Amino acid sequence: MKPFDYRHPADAAAAVRTVAADPDAVYLGGGTNLVDHLKLGVAEPDLVVGVTDLLPAEIEELGGGALRIGAGVSNSELAAHPRVREWFPVLSQALLSGASGQLRNMATTGGNPLQRTRCVYFQDVTTPCNKRTPGSGCSAIGGWTRYHAILGASDQCIAVHPSDMAVAMAALDAQVRVLGPDGERIIPFTDLHRLPGDTPERDTVLEHGELITAIDLPAQTIARRSAYRKVRDRASYAFALVSVAAALDVKDGVIADARIAFGGVAHKPWRAHRAEEALRGAAASDSSYRAAADAELADARPAEGLEGGNAFKIPLLRRTLTATLRDLAREDA
Amino acid sequence: MTFLSDTEAIGRDLPRRDGAAKVLGSATYAFETPLDGAVHLHPVQSTIARGRVTELDTTAAEALDGVLAVLTPGTAERLASTDDRELAALQDEEVGFRGQIVAAVIADSSEVARHAAALVRVGYEQAAHETELRADRDDLYTPESVNPDFPSDTAEGDVDAAMAAAEVTVDETYTTAMYHNNPMEPHATTALWDPDGDGFLTLWDSTQGVHPTRTTIASVFGLDEDRVRVVCPYVGGGFGSKGQPHVHVVLAALAARALPGRPVRLALTRQQMFSLAGHRTPTIQRCRLGADKAGTITALAVDVVERTSRIKEFAEQTGLPARTMYASPNRRTTHRLAALDVPVPSWMRAPGECPGMFGPEVVMDELAERLGMDPIELRIRNEPDVEPGSGKPFSSRNLVGCLREGASRFGWSERDPRPGVRRRGDWLVGTGVASSTYPVNRMAQSTATIRLEGDCYVTEIGAADLGTGTWTTLPQIAADALGVPVSRVEVRIGDTDLPMASVAGGSSGTTTWGSAVVEAARAFRARYGTEPPDGAEATGSVGDPDQKYAKHAYGAQFVEAHVNVDTGEVRVPRLLGVFAAGRIINPRTARSQFIGGMTMGLSMALHEDSVLDPRTGHVVNHDLAEYHITANADVDVVEAHWLTEHDPHVNAMGSKGIGEIGIVGTAAAVSNAVWHACGVRVRDLPVTLDKLLPALE
Repeated sequence: MKPFDYRHPADAAAAVRTVAADPDAVYLGGGTNLVDHLKLGVAEPDLVVGVTDLLPAEIEELGGGALRIGAGVSNSELAAHPRVREWFPVLSQALLSGASGQLRNMATTGGNPLQRTRCVYFQDVTTPCNKRTPGSGCSAIGGWTRYHAILGASDQCIAVHPSDMAVAMAALDAQVRVLGPDGERIIPFTDLHRLPGDTPERDTVLEHGELITAIDLPAQTIARRSAYRKVRDRASYAFALVSVAAALDVKDGVIADARIAFGGVAHKPWRAHRAEEALRGAAASDSSYRAAADAELADARPAEGLEGGNAFKIPLLRRTLTATLRDLAREDA
Repeated sequence: MTFLSDTEAIGRDLPRRDGAAKVLGSATYAFETPLDGAVHLHPVQSTIARGRVTELDTTAAEALDGVLAVLTPGTAERLASTDDRELAALQDEEVGFRGQIVAAVIADSSEVARHAAALVRVGYEQAAHETELRADRDDLYTPESVNPDFPSDTAEGDVDAAMAAAEVTVDETYTTAMYHNNPMEPHATTALWDPDGDGFLTLWDSTQGVHPTRTTIASVFGLDEDRVRVVCPYVGGGFGSKGQPHVHVVLAALAARALPGRPVRLALTRQQMFSLAGHRTPTIQRCRLGADKAGTITALAVDVVERTSRIKEFAEQTGLPARTMYASPNRRTTHRLAALDVPVPSWMRAPGECPGMFGPEVVMDELAERLGMDPIELRIRNEPDVEPGSGKPFSSRNLVGCLREGASRFGWSERDPRPGVRRRGDWLVGTGVASSTYPVNRMAQSTATIRLEGDCYVTEIGAADLGTGTWTTLPQIAADALGVPVSRVEVRIGDTDLPMASVAGGSSGTTTWGSAVVEAARAFRARYGTEPPDGAEATGSVGDPDQKYAKHAYGAQFVEAHVNVDTGEVRVPRLLGVFAAGRIINPRTARSQFIGGMTMGLSMALHEDSVLDPRTGHVVNHDLAEYHITANADVDVVEAHWLTEHDPHVNAMGSKGIGEIGIVGTAAAVSNAVWHACGVRVRDLPVTLDKLLPALE
């Protein structure tokens, strides 16, 4: 581990000034990912700036069924919040499907979306990785791809974003409130993360020094009938092979509206607009769900690799989406 | 040795004597041995799998504040013996596998040592490496023997002719993955070289055997054994990986001798454990069975292909259990090895039996399917009268009893044999069974001393307790052998200052050490009677085993498996094992051993898989987030039961080893249950959803 300085400024604005001024500075939230990276040499900052207790730690009702979640709210608190459970069950379920109780107690709302890929090659400084060291090559391509992308990957990077919470946030049209050196801005959650393209070292659109202060959930009645389905090799404490966050509004056997996002399959939480489009006005039936999945997966490309690669994720995701929507429709009836 | 027939303490459900200290955190483990002025060691590992180091630039590392020394092949002392190339740390520039130690940093703190290790620049001349195990490799060879000293191949009758003549045959190939032991406590050593006189080396080492470790390390350094002491009161799990010292112990001793008088601490990181602490080889098992329509087996063959490292041979005895499990007039077992550029494989819980009861117990299920016969009845039909191969009578063999008792407890009689026809909600439901076995092993040497100190019978033997219960069970044995209450017995273990004890391996600990304790107790009573003076002392040794009998423990594993109809996810809500393992010394620690083994078998069935990337030559999922071990949520009901078994031939206690049998057969039972649930035979472990999805489409 490379030695670093630690600072704890008086408030969020001071933290932003501190980090913005130093290209080798990073924020420390719950530390559930960064601390590992410090030990492994994946992250080698000169300066670590603690911010968790500088950020709002409340969940505020904005009226009409909208919520503002302070960036300092822990994943445990967020999952357990009565309004979240009632209005946005998909978010509560996504949070509870992630990590372990101990990690959820530490992890924060602002930090969770900024956790980095668990690609084994990214986390191993002895193997080339374009995300960790731009231009060094991608070891995952042709390697162990079970936990890698089938959507939106590039020839530079096939990593996936590991967060469960972020998948729910993407489905819920959340808005990210960001504090930067020049003031505050709001980023739609679906625009926060980016695809790897030629610059896989950049996970998000945040500029250096920008700090997430809160995430807003707009009111939407559709979300009250929502669910998160995470498919994984182990019953707990495992990252998703695929996951589906979905909300469904069915009237008289016809789908009025849908919100869908996928996890475990792309460099970002994958909002499935094409699937949503295909579902609107369709009959609430397995064939509609499968057609919606096929519409979204038309461009899916498996990553060949060890132990058969990850082609299985395409049928798995189709089947998982179908099952999730079927259950929601059943619940809706 | 006469059988201990009157028992008061043996068989009692006594709590672990070391339990409170472990829960309270007052039990000290090797790394945390309280010593003043300790320094820290961190290895530098090769990033190529084969070749040689051509350059080692330690300038930046040595320039760091707090760095005391950097050990390299150029600066490290020459070892007296480099016969064991796994242990020949820093003796030359050759690289035999990725992750091999090529240098090491000693520093004031673990953080500085680790940082400095990252600053050591290593240049290589890289050679092409090979790590891929395939049955069609043209460089497979037959080892002289398989672990520890069994013949590589056996043959009786004519398997090919019997297969050709059989009414029903099965010929399938099964594979098990590469596995890592992953004990909770990492491999750790604190080493101190006292330079006074001729010098004296003390190792506080997390080990399954202080005396074997001393013998090995003394030999590597050319020291008399009386100038080396190894101490290890507590072990946070070993599962075989701490059965023999690995290279880190040598490295710690090298560092200590480079800094006389300073204790040196080394704890491997989880990632380092994946290349430096042993592993189980992947196996390829071609299994063939021929039988008549009534289910009598007429041909049985297991041909094993597995891997070892180019620098040191370890030949897992995967074909061993098939040699004695079922009757067959025609039988063949073979082992072929590929020696590749991989870390050195070694012991992992039930080497041989664990992988070697996967293919053979699934192929039995497949034969039962083809015969339209119940898999339990098929096993019972092929029960041998005497041990196949040796022709010896069994000291006791209660496989049939285990199968029947398990069937009754599990509700097997109501089972519909058809696969893929039971659905509960979104889950397909199936059940499966497999047999389990493990030999009764006894090591040749171990000695115990019993001494009366005041009111207390102090029993001393350098034995190990790796969570197995030795701290608790040896007093029970001593108490009954002496005829005193167990509260009057104190044991002292885990130190080479105590009488010599064998390794805790091969489930031999209780048989071996317990026999020595019984001998010591008998010698004590013979010499001093029932009114011994304070300070009275006697010694006893393990003695020779009874060679007239074939001695094995048996078990039956029952599994209920659920397969999700949409996703293919596999969950196992129920495991039930019934074992016949002689007299159970302590039901509490025994139950812990059985259910721990069964859970580890479940883990092998569904989760564990070391993914060795052939391009780099290393295991890429080398942490506990990516190398999945069964977690609490994966385990619902695990039941272990045992039969009352009286076996006067195994040892004075009538006990059989139970540390390993629990893992044997579990994975086969899971695969068989998954087939019964959804109709898919998974012959390649682990049983993951991608292997089931095509059939669900």
